[in-house]
Amino acid sequence: MSQEIAVRMEGVRKTFNGKDFILNGVNLEIPKGEITSIIGFSGTGKSVLLRHILGLVRPTEGNIQVLGHDLHKMSLDELIAMRTRLGVLFQNAALFDDMTVLENVVFPLKEHRPNETPEAWEKVALAKLKSVGLGEKDLSKLPAELSGGMRKRVGLARALALDPEILLYDEPTTGLDPILTEVVDDLILETHEAHPGSTSIVVSHDLFAAFRLSNYIVMLDKGGVLLAGKPEVFLQSENELVKKFLSKGFRQDKPTQSTTGHTK
Amino acid sequence: MIQAWKNNRERINMAIDDFFKVSLGRVYNFFVNCGAACIFFYESCKMIVRRPFRMEEIVKHLEFVGNKSLVIILLTGSFTGMALAFQIYMGFQLVNAVNLVGPIVGMGITRELGPVLTGLIVAARAGGAMAAQLGTMRVSEQIDALEVMGVDPKQYLVAPRIIAAVIAMPLLCGVFDFISMLGAHVLCIDLLGLDPAIFWDKIQLWLKPGDIFQGLVKAAVFGITFAAVCTNRGFNARGGAKGVGEATNQGVVNSMVLVIILNFVMTNLIRLFYTMMGWA
Repeated sequence: MSQEIAVRMEGVRKTFNGKDFILNGVNLEIPKGEITSIIGFSGTGKSVLLRHILGLVRPTEGNIQVLGHDLHKMSLDELIAMRTRLGVLFQNAALFDDMTVLENVVFPLKEHRPNETPEAWEKVALAKLKSVGLGEKDLSKLPAELSGGMRKRVGLARALALDPEILLYDEPTTGLDPILTEVVDDLILETHEAHPGSTSIVVSHDLFAAFRLSNYIVMLDKGGVLLAGKPEVFLQSENELVKKFLSKGFRQDKPTQSTTGHTK
Repeated sequence: MIQAWKNNRERINMAIDDFFKVSLGRVYNFFVNCGAACIFFYESCKMIVRRPFRMEEIVKHLEFVGNKSLVIILLTGSFTGMALAFQIYMGFQLVNAVNLVGPIVGMGITRELGPVLTGLIVAARAGGAMAAQLGTMRVSEQIDALEVMGVDPKQYLVAPRIIAAVIAMPLLCGVFDFISMLGAHVLCIDLLGLDPAIFWDKIQLWLKPGDIFQGLVKAAVFGITFAAVCTNRGFNARGGAKGVGEATNQGVVNSMVLVIILNFVMTNLIRLFYTMMGWA
């Protein structure tokens, strides 16, 4: 891989009880500026991997570099500065339930741009909400009043508020109906295209979405990387587990590569 | 016969082994949890002095811990004062010492019942809410969201709650003391017919500022205790709704037990301190 690297993992191992390793020697390079999907069966360590990238979990062994910096060797101030370069859409959006839609999106701006005026924060927040398809009528709603899809949109707008260099999506379509799943997938694509140069990392077990969205796919198994590469590498793979995953995982027929690099 | 005796002895040995393993495991876990709680408290306290200062959050929690506990403190305080005064009146009537009902009620309330009952009531009301709220935030990934946004969750969520509890508790305790004495006054003067001049004169004579002050200090310590325990339980909640329920339950129960134990310890320490300073 000759292009720039957004996330590099070397020999990452993680155990919570000292015996069983959730991640067991992960070596991985996620390219900058592309959409990468991390896929795998349930319990293979996808979410734990994501939490390592975010610096929420410290590896038992190994190194993780995000945008060229080792998150786990940073001071608190450096870590805070680094985290402003990352945006995350959590599985259930993780919106603050005592804040309105607008307050949720304004929150990161208020925290990290204290010198700007409330009007400036609101202006940015409104633009981000508009970019994910939310209008002014939704601004004063509380998260409990929103549908699943709307919550994801607000979560995405909040993740985008500080214009992050890396956007991470944790199981973005889990629990959504097929139509909404496609809407969220479209949103991920549109967001990536609207932010040139940004890196998107999607953790999912939705194979169809992974092939549709990604330029690069990483498949995890038993705490390690089973296969990593462009979608066609997976389609041509002779690995039994990959073939099994492909045969069971698609919602429709196997996808074909589109001209834009994304599969349709 | 000998074989049966050997088998029995082995079983007894195994049972003793298991008993010690389980007991020692519990003792070990207790100390591990205590250590984790101390580290959590230390880290949260460090965050109190770290910028940005969360004045907005502190005021919000002050309103929740202090203002919203006021009605329940007024209610419990007044009835506690009346009940205590009535029992002491009944007892002192037997030895013809009803003139001392006022100061004894005053000392009991300001030194012990005021801070302890305020601690228990506010721990149950506000502490339980703190544990439940933080627990819900933990299991719904809101705390993770804060962290990945570059906001320290201990600074944003825990430190303002501890500060609010420390400020609000002595104030609530003061209100409890005042309303209890008012309750005692109503019962003794208006219902039992004691002389108000003697009632208040004896209180002035016997009750010292140190008595009131020690109650307020205790209340502040109880505030730190329940806020630290409940936020720790909520912050480290695991496993969905069940986990939040357990965290809330453990937070409230542990806080209440600690309030009662700490009260005894502090009573003796304050007594010792007053004696050393010659104020006793």
